[in-house]
Amino acid sequence: MIDQRKKHNFKLYNIIIFIVFVAFITALDLKFLGDDYVRRVLSLAAIYTIVSVSMNLVNGFTGLFSLGQAGFMAVGAYTVAIFTVPLEKRAAIFYVVDQNPVLAQIHLPFVVALILGGLLSALIAILIGIPVLRLRSDYLAIATLGFSEIIRIILTNAKSITNGALGIKGIPEMPTMWVFFGVMILSVTLIVLLINSSYGRAFKAIREDEIAAEAMGINLFKHKVMSFAIGAFFAGIGGGLLASLLGTVDPKQFYFTMTYNFLLIIVLGGMGSISGTVIASFIVTIGLEVLRFFDEPLTLLGFNIPLFRAGFRMVIFSALLMILVLFFRNGLLGQKELSWDMITSWFNKKTLRRKEKGGAL
Amino acid sequence: MGILKLDNIKMQFGGVVALNNLNIDVEKGKIEALIGPNGAGKTTAFNVITGVYTPTSGDVYYNDKKITGLTPDKITKMGIARTFQNIRLFKNLTVLDNILIANHLHVKSNFLSHTLRMPWSRQEEKNMREKSEMLLDRLGLLSLKNEIASSLPYGEQRKLEIARALATDAKLLLLDEPAAGMNPSETMQLSNFIHDIRDEFQLTIFMIEHHMDLVMEISDKIYVLDFGELIAQGTADEVKNDPRVIEAYLGVEEDA
Repeated sequence: MIDQRKKHNFKLYNIIIFIVFVAFITALDLKFLGDDYVRRVLSLAAIYTIVSVSMNLVNGFTGLFSLGQAGFMAVGAYTVAIFTVPLEKRAAIFYVVDQNPVLAQIHLPFVVALILGGLLSALIAILIGIPVLRLRSDYLAIATLGFSEIIRIILTNAKSITNGALGIKGIPEMPTMWVFFGVMILSVTLIVLLINSSYGRAFKAIREDEIAAEAMGINLFKHKVMSFAIGAFFAGIGGGLLASLLGTVDPKQFYFTMTYNFLLIIVLGGMGSISGTVIASFIVTIGLEVLRFFDEPLTLLGFNIPLFRAGFRMVIFSALLMILVLFFRNGLLGQKELSWDMITSWFNKKTLRRKEKGGAL
Repeated sequence: MGILKLDNIKMQFGGVVALNNLNIDVEKGKIEALIGPNGAGKTTAFNVITGVYTPTSGDVYYNDKKITGLTPDKITKMGIARTFQNIRLFKNLTVLDNILIANHLHVKSNFLSHTLRMPWSRQEEKNMREKSEMLLDRLGLLSLKNEIASSLPYGEQRKLEIARALATDAKLLLLDEPAAGMNPSETMQLSNFIHDIRDEFQLTIFMIEHHMDLVMEISDKIYVLDFGELIAQGTADEVKNDPRVIEAYLGVEEDA
């Protein structure tokens, strides 16, 4: 009886939280709250959530150590950039090398270009996955990292398609934040549904023990390629959204260091925890902004503190990362998902400990 | 005709011949055992049967079909499932998940319809769950279904591994030292358990075992392997009294 009522309450809490979240984003979106800076940072966090969750599907749930996320994002971002810039603006953007005459004629709606970018990412993932996914995990990391760099170099040099190092400007911006948050909710929901399906269990089996998984009739190669391609699809979608958020793309945005942001997020949130990844995406994206304070010169009691200068933020960030890896190796949630049971038992433990202390006194 | 046939199998790793001219013919519906001293090549033989290794020469037949060179997952799909010497459960997953994973090879609809929870995929998932719970119930593990596999007592983990192999709907079960680390009374229970599942699921069982009492009691036929070669085969009594077997296990009697 009590359990039943408790469950009912939890459901109610979930609905309340969801409504508060929707109201909060809508209020921001309608400019009742915050400013453009806040809107941008939160939209970026939504995009990072999509990419991190997709990376967790591959790294945390299937146990493949892939570092190609930046490359797949670049594919998605450029697809959106190439096909959604209005035709009349094209000539002004491609002023050094003319755009490929076929591409110069094609304009696609944002949604179509976004999905096309995801599909293209997935296709490339399948093509590189076929040779690379036969490798052991550590080699896979190196190969995917290399792939990500190759993509970037192709983007720099295929000037008639990508405008080379100049990048593509004038990508139409989105009228509402809900584009980012809507796609985020949809993507995370789809990935959660996948993970909780029979295929998701097969992925987890591969993570737990490849030999046993294969002995249970799971085709390792097929499932690894599948997970890798689905991860790439959502990374491509994330890249496409990033292009429209920033309004511009250029190859330098997609350095492999970008992948480390996502790696940090999934390690912080917990490899194999979706809710952890979502929370960590927001913590890291917002945290990186808050830490900007360290990048500015600081004068304290008339002294100019010498450490505070451009780049110090990243030092702090790295130090936090090291602390994280040393003391919280499993991240915030490990392989668990955030649930009301977890929160209540955490609080109960706290009050219990306090009571015990009281008793001792 | 035998359900499983090893025809002149030779398995060589560099200069080491792990198996040489191995001929085995396991009869359908029987419990047969492979024994031999440490390092005789028993697990290698299992790995050859299940496709982990491709033999240097010779062929493996299952129901008269050649399975040499197939990958382990294909061989499992054909109906051969195994357990491992050092338990290889999906440790961080629940008991039920372990069984459900072994059902995955029968899944027909693709990942997209499973993700989108299409009606036919829901039905498939539902059937899978019912079948898994029924299996757990028959093996007496149902009350543990939500436990994490690694938290089970040792004996139950062994049992779960056998259950998982059964969940693939295999007709031939290869058990690699199922009684390892068990005390005599647990071994007795296991012996009954193996008998029961053989009858209930109409299985053929081929096992590697070190516990001689268990082997002698339940095996219809015993193969003895030493240094990669078959030195004897036959019923428990035949094998027990074979001078080569005694020699392999106890060494040669030297004149004083």
